[in-house]
Amino acid sequence: MPAVQTIRSRTVVIPTSNIDTDQIIPARFLTATSRAGFGKNLFADWRYDQAGNPKPDFALNKPEAAGARVLVAGRNIGCGSSREHAAWALQDFGIDAVISTEFADIFRTNCLKNGLVPVLVDEKTHAWLLANPQAEVTIDVEKLTLTLPDGTLVKFPLEGFARFCLLNGVDELGYLLSKGDSISAYEQAHR
Amino acid sequence: MFEKVWNDHIVVPETADTPAVLFIDLHLTHEVTTPQAYTELRKRGIKLRRPDLTLATMDHSTPTRTEQVFGGVPISIDSAARQVRQLEENAREFGVELFGLQDERRGIVHVIGPELGLTQPGKTIVCGDSHTSTHGAFGALAFGIGTTEVGHVLATQCLLQRRPKTFAINVINKLPAGVTAKDLILAIIGRIGVSGGTGYVLEYRGDAISALSMDERMTICNMSIEAGARAGMVAPDTTTFAYLEKTPRAPKGDAWQAAVERWKKLPTEAGASFDRSVDIDAATLVPMVTYGTHPGMVAPVNGSVPAHGDAVFEKALAYMGLKAGEPIRDVPVNSVFVGSCTNGRLSDLRNAARVLRGHRLAQGVKMLVVPGSQNVKRAAEAEGLHKIFLDAGAEWRESGCSMCLGMNGDLVPAGQYSISTSNRNFEGRQGVGARTLLASPETAAASAIRGRVTDPREFTSN
Repeated sequence: MPAVQTIRSRTVVIPTSNIDTDQIIPARFLTATSRAGFGKNLFADWRYDQAGNPKPDFALNKPEAAGARVLVAGRNIGCGSSREHAAWALQDFGIDAVISTEFADIFRTNCLKNGLVPVLVDEKTHAWLLANPQAEVTIDVEKLTLTLPDGTLVKFPLEGFARFCLLNGVDELGYLLSKGDSISAYEQAHR
Repeated sequence: MFEKVWNDHIVVPETADTPAVLFIDLHLTHEVTTPQAYTELRKRGIKLRRPDLTLATMDHSTPTRTEQVFGGVPISIDSAARQVRQLEENAREFGVELFGLQDERRGIVHVIGPELGLTQPGKTIVCGDSHTSTHGAFGALAFGIGTTEVGHVLATQCLLQRRPKTFAINVINKLPAGVTAKDLILAIIGRIGVSGGTGYVLEYRGDAISALSMDERMTICNMSIEAGARAGMVAPDTTTFAYLEKTPRAPKGDAWQAAVERWKKLPTEAGASFDRSVDIDAATLVPMVTYGTHPGMVAPVNGSVPAHGDAVFEKALAYMGLKAGEPIRDVPVNSVFVGSCTNGRLSDLRNAARVLRGHRLAQGVKMLVVPGSQNVKRAAEAEGLHKIFLDAGAEWRESGCSMCLGMNGDLVPAGQYSISTSNRNFEGRQGVGARTLLASPETAAASAIRGRVTDPREFTSN
């Protein structure tokens, strides 16, 4: 996993609340057996019409959204299916951080396992971000701050271990494997 | 109860800086969320740590048409066929027991775990599927994980976890006649909301829960994730033990007695505190049907689509082609699906068949009945349930996830209304543009007969 320290980008806003992982990446694309290439089908049914043409009204299709690496989403993003393909699709498309007031548990875990930063903000900050697409923001994982265009600093919570892993690009599997002796001892005691 | 199971599986305790290392007793796997995890193991040269605690089946992208499962007709979706082959190769290479496409024990991962008796009280159970919460019906701590975590469990049989909070769902009194476990869980989700359980493990408690069968408890725990909770649990009791005693892989003889003694110590002590709780009076409930694009948008079958005013709510109603104030009962039904890990067990098929017996599907209605496992299918056929479905004009298929998520090509056409016993009414869940109404098997069957949403008590009250 690559290390993530700061992300500086314009935002793209999808204000819908309860965006489920079926919207982020519909099930019909899950028959792939590699992690790569899901970005082209990110939000497929919201992004394209039935003929496969981009819908001009959808946030990600607007010219001003091009290159935005921070997604501001409505409340409770990532509910539903555990598919990690949702995090892979966002990242493959070019999204490095997601901002919302609520994240579904499994989606949040999947984001962190891939270096995609979940930024949990208060209602007031969220309302401002929803109302001001293309805001230039900075996310600092070291300081756990989100900087708004006027310089306002908003703190966001992130568990210490998750922050450490993001900052250092640390692979959790390596950490778990380093606990092999403890795991063996547990297995011995629970035969 | 949650704390007991949690504490019993701590390999390394959590600290301010690091999450706990939690041991996993049972890892259920399937074709869709494992390929990338095996690739990672292969890349790093890591072996599977505990093949004895790992089981693989195929369910999500597998065909339900008999000719494609048993008749040698190729699976119609090439990428799905490749995924099935990939799982076969991975299982062979890593030494995982696999219930392959033609195996008589194959089925939806959350139906076969309990059926085999591998799902047991006090176990930690994970699977790369959010409906792993189903297994909590036995007093197990069971939750869905992503593919990276599937890799962690394959490699170490452990997960890094922060301890979740606890949430008591107290369901007092008894469910009235004609009101099912599905109606109860839909009502609970309607009450606490689709993110009300985020960060919590739910414990379903109270007289109404104790009175439920294991199949019904599984329906309840299955949809915990639809309230945002990764796990839901029910205390093990004599109903649990009676179910497990008949299963092939439950402990036998002295080991069985010892296990039951252990399991009896799991229930939460009276007076124990929860981080949050809610009380639901089962006696006030009626059959429930969803009208929107998440499971929290739910109303009594005799009610109407509520008004809200919020833009997202309006967008959901527009997708559904419904208006505020419209009676739920008037919603037309084009497609009916009975099946899934929520309602694809034998009792669910019996309940649907009881309503459907002696009736035909309304004109233009298409109905698919998909057993949760091959075992359920055989048991249903032994009782003649398949004849009731076929006589009514429904299709009777091989087991799998099927039209719950439409990965295998079992799809609802755009714009059509589908009354479905599955768990998610998200936009496009059953096909691009499909409009899903979640309900119980009884409500689905009654609606199939009338061709519009129907209160099943019209058929079951006498």
